[in-house]
Amino acid sequence: MSTLSPDIAPETFTSKDLVTDQDIRWCPGCGDYSILKQVQTVLPELGLKREEIVFISGIGCSSRFPYYMETYGMHSIHGRATAIASGLKATRPELSVWIITGDGDSMSIGGNHFIHLLRRNFDVNILLFNNEIYGLTKGQYSPTSELGKVTKSTPMGSVDHPFNPLALVMGADGTFVARSMDRDPIHMRTILKRAHAHKGTSLVEIYQNCNVFNDGAFEVFTEKASKAEATMMVENGQPLIFGAQKDKGILLDGFTPRVVSLNDVSANDLWIHDESNRAKANLLVRFFDDATIEGHFPRPFGVFYSEQRFTYEQAFNQQIEDVIASKGAGDLDKLLRGPSVWEVKG
Amino acid sequence: MENNSLIATDATILFAGDSGDGIQLTGDQFTTTTALFGNDVSTFPNYPAEIRAPLGTLAGVSGFQIKFGSEEIYTPGDSCDLLVVMNAAALKANLKQLKPGGMIIANTEGFDPKNLRLAKFPEGVNPLEDGSLDSYKLYTLDVTKMTKATLEGSGLGTKDIDRTKNMFVLGFIYWIYNRTLEHTITFLEQKFAKKPAIVEANIKTLKAGYHYGDTSETFMQRVQVDAAKITPGVYRNINGNPATAIGLIAASQKSGLNLFLGSYPITPASDILHDLSKHKNFGVRTFQAEDEIAAITSAIGAAFGGSLAVTTSSGPGIALKTEAIGLAIMLELPLVIINVQRGGPSTGLPTKTEQADLLQAVYGRNGEAPLPVIAARTPSDCFYAVYEACRIAVEHSTPVFFLSDGYLANGAEPWRFPQAADLPSITATFATAEDAEGGKFLPYKRDEKLARKWAVPGVKGLEHRIGGLEKEHETGNISYDPDNHEFMVKLRAEKVEKIADTIPLQTLDNGPEKGKLLIVGWGSTYGSIKTAVKRALADGYSVAHAHVRYIQPFPKNLGELMKNYDHILVPEMNNGQLVRILRDKYLVPAEGFNKIKGIPFSSEELYSKIITLA
Repeated sequence: MSTLSPDIAPETFTSKDLVTDQDIRWCPGCGDYSILKQVQTVLPELGLKREEIVFISGIGCSSRFPYYMETYGMHSIHGRATAIASGLKATRPELSVWIITGDGDSMSIGGNHFIHLLRRNFDVNILLFNNEIYGLTKGQYSPTSELGKVTKSTPMGSVDHPFNPLALVMGADGTFVARSMDRDPIHMRTILKRAHAHKGTSLVEIYQNCNVFNDGAFEVFTEKASKAEATMMVENGQPLIFGAQKDKGILLDGFTPRVVSLNDVSANDLWIHDESNRAKANLLVRFFDDATIEGHFPRPFGVFYSEQRFTYEQAFNQQIEDVIASKGAGDLDKLLRGPSVWEVKG
Repeated sequence: MENNSLIATDATILFAGDSGDGIQLTGDQFTTTTALFGNDVSTFPNYPAEIRAPLGTLAGVSGFQIKFGSEEIYTPGDSCDLLVVMNAAALKANLKQLKPGGMIIANTEGFDPKNLRLAKFPEGVNPLEDGSLDSYKLYTLDVTKMTKATLEGSGLGTKDIDRTKNMFVLGFIYWIYNRTLEHTITFLEQKFAKKPAIVEANIKTLKAGYHYGDTSETFMQRVQVDAAKITPGVYRNINGNPATAIGLIAASQKSGLNLFLGSYPITPASDILHDLSKHKNFGVRTFQAEDEIAAITSAIGAAFGGSLAVTTSSGPGIALKTEAIGLAIMLELPLVIINVQRGGPSTGLPTKTEQADLLQAVYGRNGEAPLPVIAARTPSDCFYAVYEACRIAVEHSTPVFFLSDGYLANGAEPWRFPQAADLPSITATFATAEDAEGGKFLPYKRDEKLARKWAVPGVKGLEHRIGGLEKEHETGNISYDPDNHEFMVKLRAEKVEKIADTIPLQTLDNGPEKGKLLIVGWGSTYGSIKTAVKRALADGYSVAHAHVRYIQPFPKNLGELMKNYDHILVPEMNNGQLVRILRDKYLVPAEGFNKIKGIPFSSEELYSKIITLA
């Protein structure tokens, strides 16, 4: 609810100003709460005006998000937030547009718009809440559910090969590819800031626990006991190191990554993370093994890839400026008249 | 005129040949020359469905029909007086369009054994020689040979010479109808300005065709169609799709709103996308989306941001947009949805015309989801009707359906275009910071029209959320309250009904205010109905014609108006759609008259029906 009078309103806002008067309807314990909290924490620090911020969502549990943000917002229809955001950003490039979507919303019903938004590289931020399940419809498997997943719609186990979301994003030529998790607020806030700073489509996959229909899906990555061994936090310019003792690393042997012990290999010889390297990013997003299998690669988190490429709205609006500069603004009477006319005399 | 021409009030010519024969260009040239002379004209091109059908085959035949007259012309003609065929396939495909005893001009080279075989004439049969065309006036010309002779020594290659042969035909037709070559010569000089040799060759061939009429010993009857008494003014030629595009730009300019088009290519609507893409210096933003759904949802995004947002498609694409149309109805944002109808269902008849998407426009959504529906009646009327669609969308905060069809889209007519200054105003009402006074902005607060203000992102104090879930009256908050839902459903319907307060009353296009028969038409059947009713009135029948532009809501007096006649006949190119709505709404015994062949009504068939009831 807005209580600001335009005349005396301060230029900045606080996290509290982002809270709406609507009751939050997510299940208690849902990972969405943490994401909402981090977004509300980070936004006031970005130098934006609150009225320039727009949250657009599709359908799904995560898509309730805009109702809880005291900014402009639209809770649209299933899978289409990306397309709606495209039209908004194309025509209002100065707005800060945030897309809230889930694994079903973005990769099943909205898969087409999702990949096209990425290739066009609108300067928007996509927060992909991945919980590997359909929550709002009460527990069917999603395009990111693992093979064999037993759900209400797959009592004998899913036979669908799941998407690797970040590999899909790389394939669609995404220019900012990152992963975070609901249970690591500090990491998430860092990534959200990076996503905002990136000029182009920023895709942040967030592992989000659905404690009702898919509880513990990411436990191995988020719980203290296993996190250090199962995950790897990547940072630009830093060697890929993981493990509770920080004693393991990734060595790139040609195109083949290998897990090595730092007892055997010097950190200087490890794979040094380079966000601008597309080939390496394509390998890194493939660190997607089943975390229960012996000898698996750790699951990376952080910014995998970042590339500067012109944004769609820049080129889109530039064409109009250019043609007006060269031809002059359109003359409606000339347009109505058309290329050739004749006169009928009375 | 100095010659012994036959005086006619009108004439219809059908040019037909291979796609590569320059048929459309020939037709366009004849149209402009004839319009410049002062005739009223109406034209219709008939393109092959295939992009590049094999030469000489029936599938590859391209046609162009023009009707012109010394009286007002409302259709491109039921059938033609003169059929010009460049090959055997063109004859075979179009002979049924020729009036009994009509004239055929045939290019003999197009009737060689190869062309006859491709047109699937039986072995050894040549219709130019076997007497089968004896009931028509047949004139054969060896256009290719005469073109070659004309350009002998020009230094041009065979291919370039061959390409000018349509000019020979055009010259000859100009001679028949007593037209001057001036306009076409100027056109050729401009079109090939950089290729003087081609200009010269084309002009030479054009003149040769004209002189052939004078010098050859044909018994050809020349025809004279005098200038029509049409409203004085400056005219241009216009097709329906460009008229739609210009109407959208005009609405954008007059409202001061940026135009955004979200579209996905589909026949026969794509030309609107092409045309708008050419006019970016009007600030037009065209977005070729990844699919039909993104086409409309991107437009919804642009509408949220304050643009005059439009999406264009045809039936199958509209079906895909359905859910998003429902969203736009819930969001109560301005949006213009354009359906250039084609034959259905499913992929149907993409290159043929039909009016079978009316019920889809009026009813085709989940839930109670009414929106205004407006239909254009002629190619130039697409301009005014889409302009009106924009006005209603913007001033009543609602998505609006604009219906055109393939016949309007590709058909052309002269247009006494308006001046920009004379177009009615379109006023968008934006919410401002003042609307948040008292600390609470109510996004679904309504004015007397029941429209809500347009609250676009970027305005401080108006931060709010909208969405597809049912919303509470005024606050726009999600609400599952039963009473609120029923209230909101009725409120949204009332908002659409209230548009009837701002639209003109239904008028009669022709005929008495009381009588035996009222024809109620909509859309592109206008010209055929107009022609048939005019004739029936002249013959003393008691018939009137009302053509409905506003289909939802109807003009307030439509029900009363229909009560003044014994019979109501509703001709439609579908299986009976407007007739159902009329019967449902007004409990009148309206009767349908339907044609579902992918082609328009002929005025003849309408006339025959009218005289049985009037």
